Amino acid sequence: MFPRIVYESFRRQARRKLLAGIAITLGVAVATAMIAVATDIGDKINRELRSYGANLVVTPQEDTLDVEVGGINLKPPSDGAFLNEADLPKIRGTFWHHNIVGFSPMLPVTVKVDSSRLSALGSQNVTLVGTYFNKALSFGKEDFSTGVRITHPWWKVTGPCGDGALPRPAACGWPDDNSQNILVGERLAAKLGKKAGDTIEVSGRQLTISGILSTGAAEDDQIVAPLALAQQILGKPGAVRRVYVSALTKPQDALAVRDPKTMTPEVYDRWYCSPYVQSIAYQLQEVIPHSHAEQIRQVAQNEGTVLSRIKGLMLLVTLAALFASALAVSAAMATAIFERRVEVGLMKALGAGNLTVSAIFFAEALLLALVGGLAGFSAGALLARQIGRSIFNSQISIEPVLFPVILAIAVFVTFAGSAAAIRRAVKFDPVFALRGEG
Amino acid sequence: MSAIPDTLLTPRQVADRRVESPHISMFARMLLRAAVLRRRRAASALLAMIVAAAVATAMMNLYVDVQAKLRTEFRNYGANVVIVAKDGQSFPTDALAKVEFVLGSKTLAVPFSYAVARTKDGQSVVVVGTDFTRARQLNHWWKVSHWPAPQILAYLVDNPSSTPAIPSEALVGVRAAAVVTPNRQPFDLTFQGRTIHLAPAGFLQTGAGEDSRIFLDQSEFQNWTGVAPSTIEVAANGTTAEVDASVRQLAQLLPSADIRPVRQIMEGEANVLNKTRATLYASATLVVLTSALCVLATLIGWVFDRRRDFAIMKALGASERLINGFFAAEAAALGVIGAILGFFIGIGVAAWIGRVNFHAPVVPRFGVFPYVLVGSVAVALISAILPIELLRRVQPAIILRGE
Repeated sequence: MFPRIVYESFRRQARRKLLAGIAITLGVAVATAMIAVATDIGDKINRELRSYGANLVVTPQEDTLDVEVGGINLKPPSDGAFLNEADLPKIRGTFWHHNIVGFSPMLPVTVKVDSSRLSALGSQNVTLVGTYFNKALSFGKEDFSTGVRITHPWWKVTGPCGDGALPRPAACGWPDDNSQNILVGERLAAKLGKKAGDTIEVSGRQLTISGILSTGAAEDDQIVAPLALAQQILGKPGAVRRVYVSALTKPQDALAVRDPKTMTPEVYDRWYCSPYVQSIAYQLQEVIPHSHAEQIRQVAQNEGTVLSRIKGLMLLVTLAALFASALAVSAAMATAIFERRVEVGLMKALGAGNLTVSAIFFAEALLLALVGGLAGFSAGALLARQIGRSIFNSQISIEPVLFPVILAIAVFVTFAGSAAAIRRAVKFDPVFALRGEG
Repeated sequence: MSAIPDTLLTPRQVADRRVESPHISMFARMLLRAAVLRRRRAASALLAMIVAAAVATAMMNLYVDVQAKLRTEFRNYGANVVIVAKDGQSFPTDALAKVEFVLGSKTLAVPFSYAVARTKDGQSVVVVGTDFTRARQLNHWWKVSHWPAPQILAYLVDNPSSTPAIPSEALVGVRAAAVVTPNRQPFDLTFQGRTIHLAPAGFLQTGAGEDSRIFLDQSEFQNWTGVAPSTIEVAANGTTAEVDASVRQLAQLLPSADIRPVRQIMEGEANVLNKTRATLYASATLVVLTSALCVLATLIGWVFDRRRDFAIMKALGASERLINGFFAAEAAALGVIGAILGFFIGIGVAAWIGRVNFHAPVVPRFGVFPYVLVGSVAVALISAILPIELLRRVQPAIILRGE
């Protein structure tokens, strides 16, 4: 009899059940989407924060002082120590290599530039920086590419397209890493009267300018060339002055700033296996011989604050969303049950106890919650994906563990919303209900 | 009111008395009685309305204010505009005052001047003159063991063999420290034959170029080298458009300088801010829609519940316009009361979120109120009219019979 009553209730009152079901579905969908977005937002914003550039720098351990003012290097070019270019792919072999978004080596060299306009003034000393643009490398079996186009996303290059091997619009003007082509900073280009496609004599070599570089910083007065070219000019093959590393990190806490030398083995393991900027720096020093890795505090220190603020905000907004959807579900359930007082009166007049009547309503609520929860979860997953794609251009992944949690929440909220209404419906005197007063 | 029954008065007198009596029309009385008699249902409908309005208010307030809050956070990244004197020149003395005048007192502008000095053993090192108080405000990420006390009078030694000088305090980058003062001893630096005696007050670590430099107070630096500031770093507040406007203004004011927005900072900020704003917008929309749904569900139930009132009115000969007007007025009243109460609660919630998350209160935006009001009334009207449209098709007799 019990299943039949529930079944008939759904069959005969399809419209009302549909309304309650829609409310539950929408509520659960919003809750799912918000939880998915809130759990993933940290990772997404962390990636966006990488647009501030590298947060770690690796330098030779025994380096001399940098003597640099306004982007002009006054240090003798061969002075000081170098890192070995061959060690760089090992960065992909560190424990947190999945968190390393990219790296770019830098080798500044002072060169003489001759140009028609400056010939009256003679040649001029200019800094040429050798680096990777988007260099294809391999570590073990893994192939990857890295360079300034990943670590310095604010660098803008204007130049002709399609003459090189990369006809894609995004690659316009960027030189190939294996070529002898260079980028010239926009202020230097204006001073020299050069534009993209011209040739320029740099320390006795005729080089082609593939694009004009604009960075809003010291590089605007410099030349940027493939690393191999800078090494040839300096006469030191394989030399790298410093490496910028861009890594996804965890906001620092009390553990992060402790000195690894004073830690117990357990604490050390926990520290080593957390993606703090300090522990990643430590691991970089391990893989690159004679190196010193340090966080770039301007970037590394601030991203933690920004990240925790945004995460906190989304958490609070998600709580608001959960609250609103719980309320909507309970309101819909309360309305649906309140309308059925006459039915309750009839059942009670026929001898049903309060418990039986409540059981029928709770069974119906459970069914609604399960169906609505399932539909809502799928709709919410779609919604979260849509949000991820339209805002962050990447998937927002839904953890499968979220499904039982969401379903439990849906059932709980539906029960909680129905409870008060069921209690009132059951307490109602059947005589009044049947007479149609209420 | 008088105790004389209506039946003893002429129609004329009745009419007069009605005009004189406190003017509560039948319409208003019906509205009031409906709310009083069904307190519980009316209260739950009102509660739903208040919650929805509160959530909507909080979300809109946050959406507007969070951008300003995040911008303040982003200013911790330091300067977003750099002013550099052209061709290695120095600024005129009033340049800093001019910059501050244009940008207003809230903006931070920090002067820097540079010189390459030599240590005793002939090492070159970059020495920077700056204003420590301002630099400290601008560059929150600098890790400094101890800031030098500002404005200590410079004691300059033109001749190193003269009386021992009281060393001036300097802030020494960690890499420079390893070269010039490995034992934290006072040290000498020479610039164009003039020597200054310096004591390291503190050590600076940034992970960038500053680590190789030595920082001095601007007045001491100028006394020693005679070099005036050649760079001003500015942390300009506001949106990208506002910062661009400031840059243009500065360019007009200081034709002898290059004004460069720091693209790394500006673009990073714009990027993160846009993404956060878009996410918040999507979330706020979802939350507001859900709370509207909540109102819809409650109010539809409320109106359906009163189908007997509806039927009685209709049976007594009320026109359809009157009935629609009645329910609409009821819904509108609910919407207005709910919006007003919800607005204030919502402002409270937004302020609380601001305090918890940003440690600064969210400023109440009363400009949001009209939107909340119109939205609440619109949702209430929709949820009232929808069931009425359904009920209109039903014969009053059927409803009254209780079917």
